[in-house]
Amino acid sequence: MESLGALGDGLLVALQPSNLLFAVIGVTLGTAIGVLPGIGPALTVALLLPVTFQLDPGGSLIMFAGIYYGGMYGGSTTSILLNTPGESASIITALEGNKMARAGRGGPALATAAIGSFVAGTLATLALALVSPWIVRFALSFGPAEYFALMVLAFTTVSAAFGSSVLRGVTSLFVGLVLGLVGIDLQTGQARLTFGVPDLLDGIEVTTVAVALFAIGETLHVAARQRRFAETLEAVRGSLWMSREDWRRSWKPWLRGAGVGFPMGAMPAGGAEIPTFLSYMLERRLSPRKEEFGHGAIEGVAGPEAANNASAAGTLVPLLTLGLPTTATAAIMLAGFQQYGLQPGPLLFANSPGLVWGLISSLFIANIMLLVLNLPLIGLWVKVLSVPRPWLYAGILTFATLGTIGANPSPVELIMLLVFGLLGYAMRRYDYPVAPVVVGLILGPLSEQQLRRALSISQSDPSILVGSWISIVLYALAIAALLGPIIMSAGRARRARAGT
Amino acid sequence: MTDAADAQGGRRPDRASLVIALALIVLALVVAWDAATMRTGAATYSRIGPRAFPYGVSAGLTILAALTTIRAFRFAAPRLPRDEARPALWIVGGLLTQIALLPYAGFSLATGSVFAATAYAFGRGPLWLTYPIGVAFALAVWLFFARALSLILPAGPLERLF
Repeated sequence: MESLGALGDGLLVALQPSNLLFAVIGVTLGTAIGVLPGIGPALTVALLLPVTFQLDPGGSLIMFAGIYYGGMYGGSTTSILLNTPGESASIITALEGNKMARAGRGGPALATAAIGSFVAGTLATLALALVSPWIVRFALSFGPAEYFALMVLAFTTVSAAFGSSVLRGVTSLFVGLVLGLVGIDLQTGQARLTFGVPDLLDGIEVTTVAVALFAIGETLHVAARQRRFAETLEAVRGSLWMSREDWRRSWKPWLRGAGVGFPMGAMPAGGAEIPTFLSYMLERRLSPRKEEFGHGAIEGVAGPEAANNASAAGTLVPLLTLGLPTTATAAIMLAGFQQYGLQPGPLLFANSPGLVWGLISSLFIANIMLLVLNLPLIGLWVKVLSVPRPWLYAGILTFATLGTIGANPSPVELIMLLVFGLLGYAMRRYDYPVAPVVVGLILGPLSEQQLRRALSISQSDPSILVGSWISIVLYALAIAALLGPIIMSAGRARRARAGT
Repeated sequence: MTDAADAQGGRRPDRASLVIALALIVLALVVAWDAATMRTGAATYSRIGPRAFPYGVSAGLTILAALTTIRAFRFAAPRLPRDEARPALWIVGGLLTQIALLPYAGFSLATGSVFAATAYAFGRGPLWLTYPIGVAFALAVWLFFARALSLILPAGPLERLF
């Protein structure tokens, strides 16, 4: 099959010594930053994005891949060893993983997470390589109207999946859309929402918003609550390796996790929480040792971690083939692509296949590196985690401001960092999800472009938007995504009141 | 999901939600005003010009503000724990100091203030000790990113020594 050949070519690119070095740096940096509490993969990629700008597109994409996987692995290390995980997808890992660590089985927990991520990541990347050309072929029949419908679907799934209420998710999304409006309108050169500030003409940097909302918001949040919450770090006692029993219990959850994670990640289903949650429930259902769940069952770490990693690879499917980001991390990666003037989508596969397949191959490489580098380096990452909170958060904010300064050192950008940081704190306090803001920021301008393109083709006739069955199906799914959670929670409320 | 959890109607409206609804309306008005006062120089080709999306977003925000207000009256406010303001203010102060120092003092000296202020916010001082530590840390980071990885970072008097 041609895609395997292209993958082979990509591997040759990825295996060049300089690119290998980038992969190593990416994985190490990604894990180091991802390990920091409160910093999930989305933020890790956002923070390290400016670092990659100095490299050529191929090298920086490869570093990307390393940072992406490294960030996820770092995040799961934190959720196993520390009882306050950095991002929602890790909550499930924390459930069983932390219990295992407390029982002195931290080593096997970390090992199963790492190996499971590797297995799932490899399978998922393979699936990505095989599935992408088909989707690209399908996507070539998409016109602007269909793309707009697809983006609307992404909007609704992102808003509805995150956070505790659809209303809050959509509100966050609209805040993101407003931020996306700032800057020069590409089609008419008109400045919008710049209030005469020249720095705003280029728009608001994704890095600034992501770093401010995630890192600064989190730090402010923790600082305001520090007296109430003490974090306990579990030392990695005992063996670092998994016993034969552990292996026996882990390998099927790995495969099942990958099977659950990849398709869900590939659909605009908004995030890694659903597949990890599903994997956990699946493993609990299938386990002959149900009573262990909640007290440190290794399947509860193996499955969800595999699902997490597989769904991360899965989100690359719509990102690379359609240019559609379905999670905050993907949105930030899209921003990275745009910095190079690369627009992911079917055309990118056609015009720069070397680049895309090089990226996919480097995902394989990054995966292997992760395993090779991180299992021995566990001790180092644990040391990072055991740094006392004051220094830890001081370091986190240092890196956070580094990221923004690296992207754009103007005072306006830094003031925005501060303002959005405060917004991030407020959002956390009042339970508004943060990820839809990032997605709205990135996807808003893109969707506007598609909308206007579609309408200029149809001479301002709005019926083009629902002109093809693809668009209709997508809009129907979008409505379902919005109404689904509302209907489900209303049903639950009714049952709760009825006392069932 | 808290949709089901906070399903008891509260007699007193949720003040935080009302404030948020107000903020959303203000935002909607700002976006709409900015779109309305746009000077469109050249004639736009289609009816959907640079104003369409802002108006759409503004309309959406207004609807969301209305829904948030309804929610504020229908559901009881969740009992939120009391947060301390002091640590947050210190961190904000550190960031402001960094903004002020950056153009003149370069990356390390400016970022050192963020480091020291954050450490102080979490209870570690004294500032005269944590600031130099912060500067040293920031300098090490600068050396790594600016030299090894060629990231462009503002260099001040301290960085020029290296």
